[in-house]
Amino acid sequence: MKNIKTTNIQKRNNPLSVSCSVPIMDHDTVQLAHGAGGRLSADLIDKIFLPRFGNETLNKLEDQATLNLPPGKLAFSTDSFVVDPIFFPGGNIGELAIYGTVNDVAMSGATPLYISVAFILEEGLPMKDLHRIVVSMEIAAEKAGVQIVTGDTKVVNKGSCDKIFINTTGIGILPEDVYISASNLQPGDKIILSGTVADHGMAVMTSREGLSFQTRVKSDTAPLNGIVKNILEITKDIRAMRDPTRGGVATTLNEFAAASNVGIQLYDSNIPVNPDVEGACEILGIDPLYVANEGKMIVVVPAYIAGDVLKAVQKVEFGKDAVIIGEVTDSHPGMVVIKTPLGANRIVDMPIGEQLPRIC
Amino acid sequence: MKYLDEFRDPVLAKNILDEIHKTVTKPWVIMEICGGQTHSIIRNGIDQVLPKEIELVHGPGCPVCVTPLEIIDKALEIASRPNVIFTSFGDMLRVPGSNKDLFMVKSEGGDVRTVYSPLEAVQIARDNPEKEVVFFAVGFETTAPGNAMAIYAASKEGLTNFSELVSHVLVPPAMETLLSSPDNRVQGYLAAGHVCTVMGWDEYEPIAENFRVPIVPTGFEPLDVLEGILLVVKQLEAGLFNVENQYLRSVKREGNRQAQTIVNTVFEVTNRKWRGIGEIPASGLTVRKEFESYNAEKKFAVENITTEESDLCISGVVLRGLKKPHECPAFGKECTPTHPLGATMVSSEGACAAYYKYQRLE
Amino acid sequence: MCLAIPGKVIETYDENGIKMGKIEYSGTISTACLEYLPEIEVGQYTLVHAGFALSVLDEEEAQKSLDAWKELGEALDEIEDKS
Repeated sequence: MKNIKTTNIQKRNNPLSVSCSVPIMDHDTVQLAHGAGGRLSADLIDKIFLPRFGNETLNKLEDQATLNLPPGKLAFSTDSFVVDPIFFPGGNIGELAIYGTVNDVAMSGATPLYISVAFILEEGLPMKDLHRIVVSMEIAAEKAGVQIVTGDTKVVNKGSCDKIFINTTGIGILPEDVYISASNLQPGDKIILSGTVADHGMAVMTSREGLSFQTRVKSDTAPLNGIVKNILEITKDIRAMRDPTRGGVATTLNEFAAASNVGIQLYDSNIPVNPDVEGACEILGIDPLYVANEGKMIVVVPAYIAGDVLKAVQKVEFGKDAVIIGEVTDSHPGMVVIKTPLGANRIVDMPIGEQLPRIC
Repeated sequence: MKYLDEFRDPVLAKNILDEIHKTVTKPWVIMEICGGQTHSIIRNGIDQVLPKEIELVHGPGCPVCVTPLEIIDKALEIASRPNVIFTSFGDMLRVPGSNKDLFMVKSEGGDVRTVYSPLEAVQIARDNPEKEVVFFAVGFETTAPGNAMAIYAASKEGLTNFSELVSHVLVPPAMETLLSSPDNRVQGYLAAGHVCTVMGWDEYEPIAENFRVPIVPTGFEPLDVLEGILLVVKQLEAGLFNVENQYLRSVKREGNRQAQTIVNTVFEVTNRKWRGIGEIPASGLTVRKEFESYNAEKKFAVENITTEESDLCISGVVLRGLKKPHECPAFGKECTPTHPLGATMVSSEGACAAYYKYQRLE
Repeated sequence: MCLAIPGKVIETYDENGIKMGKIEYSGTISTACLEYLPEIEVGQYTLVHAGFALSVLDEEEAQKSLDAWKELGEALDEIEDKS
């Protein structure tokens, strides 16, 4: 497999085509030299990254991307992805890295436009795994309508990272007169959740080594900018938006309640949970309200527009199960309270740490 | 899910609740033994909808809460050693010892792993013959059959790199200790349905008789807990003190004989310290001499580690229902859910942790 | 103290000389040790705690409990109707 000439940048494959065979490389696994800036680095860029991510800006291979931005306010967000396992039911670390940052940008009301991708690879990572991740990132970027315009790759010694870490940074543009913030909530506002909770966290947890589950639970990883666009088409009167990732819906709502110094009252029966996810949560003794989501958002709007916003969210595929899960109140400021089926009130607190499978 | 959803039906719950309201005529103090029942009570807000005459006292039935500090310290010591893979149920990872918890040991390089079943720990031992694999065997009678089977299976297979750090506790001796206390206030008990699934309910009959208290083995879903309370209240109102099984679909009088046999083969009864209560005679299980090579306390020579509990903590008094958590001088000051001093602040269902969380609503 | 969840036995098998089963809980399948329930059959429901099946759930008893709670409501309704 030696002496294969570096080919010119291949024409971009159709991102959605199924046949994405691994390019022929000199090495089956990632080597330290792939991050050293020499011939192997160029090989990796030419054969793995550019054929997938390539666009006019990236193909210039400058040290930076220079961009012309449309008018408006700039939204800017960064996130690092270290999920274990890197492939899980319903997705992998690559698409998560694209959607995660796209969603964080979109939650400001912005249209995400450009994204940077930085890889930290552990030497020995199978080239076919890297390729699979890169292909899914290409598809994710395409679905989310963003371009990958700059990037970086480092390779570290075995044991210095866990297979692959990815950092992505995204920028987007939003209208000057849109102001969305966790501190905007007012009593009477309605809280809309875009779909079922806990899918991503349970997909990852049940596929971890050691916990031998067979499950249909799939990660919900998805871009949310389509939903945001739909909402903004009908109103700019949005109080707050956030995607409830780590810590789940409970954490995001507690953040809202604290930032706005208001109470939040949830209706227990309205929080949608996929039956498969519910089964997995019951076995492990985990409360789905505290489990991570990667394709869901919470939007808080004034009551007068809530019905219309709900319909706008439901029109998008990833928001078809959206429901109003509760409302903002002036009682118990800073706290999230849920009405139980028996008619009692229970505090939904901030979690202390990661949810752990429990036996008691 | 079958056997769960129908036992959470709010309409039927209302029926039982109405019956409780109709039955109760005077104040009663009832203890739910089991942390799982406490969880269900808090999660569903059962305590908020009961008649004001009924006071629920949260019992000591949470292995996380009652595991003594010194066993946690032994676990931390073993888990810190090189060449050890320390396995545990997720519950125990955040429980603080004298100065750290298992998560911190992991961050310092210890190989600490969460398992869902003790047999997974045995599998880890099979897969890593060059490592010593230790399983943190905590729990009540419900967990003992699994933990005993792990040792039994490892021994049958001749695995020599597996052992358990055992801190098993037994419910009836703890109930007797609480009832023997001169200032006991508890008048009726919900016994732990899953403990009774394993052990049956014969052993509760002398307790009910001697202390003249009704004892009702009860399930965990809201309808189970409500019916358990109803059955206790009916007996209290009628002056009866019988053992009456609420959890009919799972608990049989004789329990699970096969499970009892393996538990008795591998473990034997011993004195055991309870966090917040102190030592209770014959209240725990330890590894029998025949299986001594599977006893991590002996294998890693940590028997000499002793740790004193904080003298600020009044959790023993709280557990007996004599004082409310906020009456403790350390409550919310030296003692919080992130820095707990005693049993009842350790687990999120412990009385002090629950109070800490809910006092803000009132 | 002891989280035990009802699931349906969908397969039994032997592993390292121990009787094991696949248990389904609303779509999620996990394994459990069935050594303590030698008589259990595929299709029955069991309570599983920390990977061990501890009892065969008694369908008849479960139904009896549910029926009794329903009747409780009807009895209460009647009392209210009369008064």
